[in-house]
Amino acid sequence: MLLEVRDLHVEFRTRDGVAKAVNGVTYSVDEGETLAVLGESGSGKSVTAQAVMGILDTPPGKITAGEILFKGQDLLKFKEEERRKVRGAQMAMIFQDALSSLNPVLSVGAQLGEMFTVHRGASRKEAKAKAIELMDRVRIPGAASRVGDYPHQFSGGMRQRIMIAMALALEPALIIADEPTTALDVTVQAQVMDLLAELQRELHMGLILITHDLGVVADVADRIAVMYAGRIVESAPVHDIYKAPAHPYTKGLLESIPRLDQKGRELYAIKGLPPNLMHIPPGCAFNPRCPMAQDVCRTDVPPLYEVTEAGTDRVSACHFWRECLNG
Amino acid sequence: MGRYVIRRLLQMIPVFIGATLLIFLMVNVMGDPIAGLCGDRQCDPATATQLRKEFGLDKPVWQQYATYMGNVFTGDFGTAFNGQEVTELMSTAFPVTIRLTIVAIVFEVVIGIALGVVTGLRRGRPVDTGVLLITLVVISVPTFVTGLLLQLLLGVKWGWISPSVSSEAPFDELIVPGLVLASVSLAYVTRLTRTSIAENRRADYVRTAIAKGLPRRRVITRHLLRNSLIPVVTFIGTDIGALMGGAIVTERIFNIHGVGFQLYQGILRQNTQTVVGFVTVLVLVFLVANLLVDLLYAVLDPRIRYA
Repeated sequence: MLLEVRDLHVEFRTRDGVAKAVNGVTYSVDEGETLAVLGESGSGKSVTAQAVMGILDTPPGKITAGEILFKGQDLLKFKEEERRKVRGAQMAMIFQDALSSLNPVLSVGAQLGEMFTVHRGASRKEAKAKAIELMDRVRIPGAASRVGDYPHQFSGGMRQRIMIAMALALEPALIIADEPTTALDVTVQAQVMDLLAELQRELHMGLILITHDLGVVADVADRIAVMYAGRIVESAPVHDIYKAPAHPYTKGLLESIPRLDQKGRELYAIKGLPPNLMHIPPGCAFNPRCPMAQDVCRTDVPPLYEVTEAGTDRVSACHFWRECLNG
Repeated sequence: MGRYVIRRLLQMIPVFIGATLLIFLMVNVMGDPIAGLCGDRQCDPATATQLRKEFGLDKPVWQQYATYMGNVFTGDFGTAFNGQEVTELMSTAFPVTIRLTIVAIVFEVVIGIALGVVTGLRRGRPVDTGVLLITLVVISVPTFVTGLLLQLLLGVKWGWISPSVSSEAPFDELIVPGLVLASVSLAYVTRLTRTSIAENRRADYVRTAIAKGLPRRRVITRHLLRNSLIPVVTFIGTDIGALMGGAIVTERIFNIHGVGFQLYQGILRQNTQTVVGFVTVLVLVFLVANLLVDLLYAVLDPRIRYA
């Protein structure tokens, strides 16, 4: 297994109290596999990713428990300098908003090139050549003439391609893409997503795709992990989930996708709001919003049940996953 | 870019004329220059009239101004009452003040930015609070107090430096006066850098730089600092002009024969030629410094393009 996150707990200690952002997340990605991590804002999907990358703001953030095994080694036991050498070279991250995530005062060539000068000891000239090669690879037209341009001189889609190029620079084994298409126009979204999927196949990388866009997920993901209030509530191969969700939250998400055959009808929405991470409800965190909630949901935290009936390698954190599957 | 520079240079003309006219009129109101020439004694009326005619002081003010500006453009700033050419005064005074300014700017850049970076990265920690408190004290205490205090302690009591600067004013004698001159601006540079660093530290592009696996030092110098220094450079640039003209107090305390000293003497002795001449040059320095800051701004931040 390329990456295994085991029982990860992350807290943010703020003046107002402790926000429990991640509460025992367990997931894994293999080489060449795409895992989509799905969830609302504040569900802990980005924080988990930042913990994996080792770019969590500490303080206020703090990893209180868990393991992050990368190629069998626990990254949390690494010293910062060892960790730094993993970042960028063996695992890389693509951020949501390329305009703010690229340095505004450095040319894209300089920003791409420094991956090679810092990690590989390349000369400036080599680094520039590599930068052009990367820009070609992510299909930026006229790469050689645009290598000295600054981020603001590119369109949104082109900027996101540069982010992708930067992540791919050293051909890492794992890429974490944090909502890579959210900030883009719908037409550009598909292009960027296709490019990412294609490069991932080509380089046989593991990909963690963080998103709340179910449409994107269906096309590219192998597995889906659904997060709610800092926990995985359901994890399964993509087709099994779309066929029959085994958690009421997943079900709610799928039902809230606008569909052509539902034209004219009111859109479904999950009632209520995601919980305050400083006061997560006891029992199942989803119980106040759940249409299937019983008394037991308000007292007992559901473990990850193996879902054996519909497909293999599935888990669901719902006491009533069977009812959910069949209803 | 070229067109922008030309436009800015053209804009300087009215500002320059306005500023010099203003100072010319103000000096004119200051009193009768001929009375100043005679010193404490009453002037002989016949000599006074003679001198007035000779210096063109019997003509209307606007005509005097026109003649003066015409001369200035040929490099003639007139003659002081003691017979010395104003340009000669300038050639001895400006190098001294420029040296003093350089020392002050170096202090601002080196100490100010370094302290700003350290405190910005450690916001809320004891170092930060301590430095912040010191800057507050430095900003609140007037220059003449810091200057006289340092002169008394370092120069008179402990004898580490000579209390007054010799007329050649070499760099090593200007270190303490330069620090005094820089002190308030230094405190501002520290605070400005600190705020800017603290603000940019959490920026997305800094997170990206960390995620790229760059060493911490490189993240700070190449990514964080470059962005954070933009407002600081603006401040330091405008400060150059202020330091050159505003060194009057410091130059008086340490007996430095620079621009501030000459201006002070000129005002005291109603030496109009000296005052107007020096101020005219200072106005030019100010304008050019401002233009350079704006151009530097575009170099630091490629998002700014002048057309």
